[in-house]
Amino acid sequence: MTKVLTDARSIRIKGRSFLAVVLSPDLPLDQWLERLDDLAARSAGFFLDRPVVLDVSELSIKKAELKQLIDDLAARKVRIMGIEGARPSQLTPEMPPAMKGGKPASDVEVTAQEPETEAEAEVAAVVSPAPQRQEAPQVRAIPQSLTIDEPVRSGQSIIFPEGDITIVGSVASGAEVIAGGSIHIYGTLRGRAMAGSIGNSNARIFCRRLEAELIAIDGIYKMAEDMDSSLRGHAVQLSLEGETIMADILF
Amino acid sequence: MGKVIVVTSGKGGVGKTTSTAALGAALAQRNEKVAVVDFDVGLRNLDLVMGAERRVVYDLVNVINGDAKLPQALIRDKRLDTLFLLPASQTRDKDALTEEGVERVIGELKRYFDWVICDSPAGIEKGATLAMRHADVAVVVTNPEVSSVRDSDRIIGMLDSKTLKAENGERMEKHLLLTRYDSLRAERGDMLKVDDVLEILSIPLLGIIPESTDVLKASNLGAPVTLSDARSAPAQAYFEAARRLAGEIVPVTVPGEKRGIFGKLFGRKAA
Repeated sequence: MTKVLTDARSIRIKGRSFLAVVLSPDLPLDQWLERLDDLAARSAGFFLDRPVVLDVSELSIKKAELKQLIDDLAARKVRIMGIEGARPSQLTPEMPPAMKGGKPASDVEVTAQEPETEAEAEVAAVVSPAPQRQEAPQVRAIPQSLTIDEPVRSGQSIIFPEGDITIVGSVASGAEVIAGGSIHIYGTLRGRAMAGSIGNSNARIFCRRLEAELIAIDGIYKMAEDMDSSLRGHAVQLSLEGETIMADILF
Repeated sequence: MGKVIVVTSGKGGVGKTTSTAALGAALAQRNEKVAVVDFDVGLRNLDLVMGAERRVVYDLVNVINGDAKLPQALIRDKRLDTLFLLPASQTRDKDALTEEGVERVIGELKRYFDWVICDSPAGIEKGATLAMRHADVAVVVTNPEVSSVRDSDRIIGMLDSKTLKAENGERMEKHLLLTRYDSLRAERGDMLKVDDVLEILSIPLLGIIPESTDVLKASNLGAPVTLSDARSAPAQAYFEAARRLAGEIVPVTVPGEKRGIFGKLFGRKAA
């Protein structure tokens, strides 16, 4: 049995992850800025086309000093898209927004260049990072999965944009599970489950018992109130057909 | 070395302090040395329930700050020689607790006592996280209603991530103490049933304490219910829970299942 759950014109809210360059200044700031100038001199325009996040978690400075730092960076043409690890008291509404939940990635190499003229340096900056790396044959990423052997408790969130999540246990009310791929729950789903979070409309959600607060696939979501009450308490499979979430009772 | 128990719940008013006092007194009656520690700095209550409010000289914050030695702050119970109280400060707030200070005090208590029972404040902030930080065993106090169950679930998640045991990769031993359980209301569906709570929280059951006026009466008298009225139903349930904590295997009594034939007939009719 298949039920139509969504009206065809819902709004899509998608998640997407980007790789940003993270700058972690250390004290004293003027010396750190000097080292940054050194690096900029070696590789002109390195920051020009890159999203830059400022990590201040190791830095104990006041609001005014942080503002000064952002201005100093702006004077060097480094635009900050977000600030990581700042206390709310350090931030003002004019500053870039606070960011959290970043995942570590490999270090970004700064390719040293000897610019002959200013103009050439600008061009080089647009072409970087090292184009020869893109031409190298790419190994197809292996689909990944994450298995969790215990219940997901209220207030916890399991986020795995790389692939599927399998939970051997229940997902409590007030907990959330966000997967880039499908979500399998061998227990009761009482919280939120969001599958295909990075734009995968083939993702599905399976649970042994549906009591969910919210479900979403590829940005199309459905609140508990909008779900057919006959689905509650059943083993259910949810999938996306066009712009509609379809629900099948499994057994 | 003694065992450190944290009595916690997330939600306020579910019976943490009452349970701390009752379990402490029940364990002390087995001739084991027990210290009950009030972590609710600024809103202390354990001293009242233990009937020791007029005997508080030094408190936990004094010991942490080094203003007093631990033996000076410990209050011996007048009825039980093996039961001691370490009160909280009423004039300070939770920021007066430091991680190193709490670690030192708990470490010292563990050397002298068989059981160190920490009465956690409500909430998930500093006071609650410090109370659970050094625990070996957690008693999660829950009422059979949805908001309490959800808060307990949140606390169990924190017990599995924010405690020293969890950070060392060990598993924290957790037990569910279901308090204020009213079998008639559960049967009518006004309250969650035992099985529902167990299914949601999925941790082992330590005991079910029936809703009873004996508990309130005992609190007002300033005596743990296991001391003031040892034969009452809640006291019996706490004794059972204490035996289970001590490692005995005792079947759980579900309140309302012991009724005789008449009770059963009337119970059915009422339902």
